[in-house]
Amino acid sequence: MQLTLEFGGGLELLCESVKIHKVNVDPPNGTEKFIMKDLLSWVCTNLIKERPEMFMKGDSVRPGVLVLVNDCDWELSGQLDTTLEDKDVVVFISTLHGG
Amino acid sequence: MEINGGGGSAADVSRILSELETLKTVKSDIDRRISALEAQLRDTTNIEDKNDSVSNGSCPLISAVHSNINHDLTPDSVYRYSRHLLLPSFGVQGQSNLLKSSILVIGAGGLGSPALLYLAACGVGRLGIVDHDVVELNNMHRQVIHTEAYIGQPKVKSAAATCRSINSTIQIVEYQEALRTSNALEILSQYDIVVDATDNAPSRYMISDCCVVLGKPLVSGAALGLEGQLSIYNYNGGPCYRCLFPTPPPTSACQRCSDSGVLGVVPGIIGCLQALEAIKIAGAVGEPLSGRMLLFDALSARIRIVKIRGRSSQCEVCGENSAFTQQQFKNFDYEKFTQAPLSTLPVKLNLLPEDSRISSKEYKEKIDNGEAHVLVDVRPEHHFKIVSLPNSINIPLVSLEVRLPEISKALKEEEERKAGASLYVVCRRGNDSQRAVQCLQKMGFNSARDIIGGLESWGRDVDPNFPTY
Repeated sequence: MQLTLEFGGGLELLCESVKIHKVNVDPPNGTEKFIMKDLLSWVCTNLIKERPEMFMKGDSVRPGVLVLVNDCDWELSGQLDTTLEDKDVVVFISTLHGG
Repeated sequence: MEINGGGGSAADVSRILSELETLKTVKSDIDRRISALEAQLRDTTNIEDKNDSVSNGSCPLISAVHSNINHDLTPDSVYRYSRHLLLPSFGVQGQSNLLKSSILVIGAGGLGSPALLYLAACGVGRLGIVDHDVVELNNMHRQVIHTEAYIGQPKVKSAAATCRSINSTIQIVEYQEALRTSNALEILSQYDIVVDATDNAPSRYMISDCCVVLGKPLVSGAALGLEGQLSIYNYNGGPCYRCLFPTPPPTSACQRCSDSGVLGVVPGIIGCLQALEAIKIAGAVGEPLSGRMLLFDALSARIRIVKIRGRSSQCEVCGENSAFTQQQFKNFDYEKFTQAPLSTLPVKLNLLPEDSRISSKEYKEKIDNGEAHVLVDVRPEHHFKIVSLPNSINIPLVSLEVRLPEISKALKEEEERKAGASLYVVCRRGNDSQRAVQCLQKMGFNSARDIIGGLESWGRDVDPNFPTY
């Protein structure tokens, strides 16, 4: 399954300053669905190169990070349980405070 | 070469500066008096016009004979705002709504500058400006409402003067103070719409909560580096800031423009969009950006508009069971809640014992005495490129541990030149240098010491010509 992952608002600094990642992922052994929870642990293992605490807290993203699945807040699609499909675009964005 | 050509001295410079300051103050006072008199004149003329039309009911004014006007725009307003009136989707009704509206802009910085320029120009009836800061030279690249003549003066004063010079027909209200829970209710309650153009997390929570308890729509923008974000909160059943971010982010995730940098035009774009959204709400036109968020990435020239969650019934401030009152707002400690200060003053850490630190003056003496030493500058590489002290070696804090051999090597070489080489660490303000010394001492560099206050103190106490940033 191919996904496009985007990091913004400073989160890209955790993955060597690369904002857009086209990745191939597969459902974990023994399951058919690939959900956001699976994606978070995949991202932590494969993309986050430093300060993982700036991305995750517990089993979800840290406070202040918005997660968008196909341009839609993941709160509206089931958060960690959101099922991902081929060609989905997932955006992780850290909220900004500057002005 | 004699710099002051005509035999001038420091006393002359100081006299000229002081005279300039006095003249500027007098000038701004005169400007203010002119604006006030002009406004008074307008009011008087308006009243006379109205009296005329009432008392001379049997003998209507010429204009009333030749024109049929079904709105309250004055002839001057018709001309001034004609390009708005010509828009079918905005027109007389939109402009009339705008002239009757009041908008408060909190922050006259990178976001507030363009927002205020457009809000003043477009004819918002009453425009409030809140800011406690003064104009600085390093603001000028993005805070385009201010001019060099106002450096050192309050941003509110400077912004208000520019707004008045663009549109003398609207009311501008100045709040030269920091927004706090103690004054926020009183100030915000006097406006229809609030624009958050601040630069820190506690202010954002405080302003959103205040808008919820007062029932005001909030146009919220943010910008940093090469990215910007924009949304409208607490409007037409949409979410508030806390619905979206119930828990504050860790302080390490809250970067400031003064640390991370910002391309001037980026807050400019977001500030313009804030003005646009405020105008749409005030004019009652279009679809304001509520329940959606705009994400702007300048470098890739991408704007993404995403759908965000609606109002959360669980929200502690605007949710169904919330009992967040004005009194609770007043007592809420936003600095404690977000673990961050409302002001943007940089923090001063104190992590090391006194004998592990030296002042920039003491370091200067050590150079002058030719003392053997190695100076490690732990700032990021792009900071080091701006300016650095002679003979310092750049090893950024993040890569310190893996680059320890370079320090050992440098110390060894210095030791060969002259015995008893010591190790000093410097950074921009003296915080990271302390972290670095802690790390170095743990790794066996027991003599490592940091320069208190970093390059900022060098520029202040040793070499006034050393560039600060």
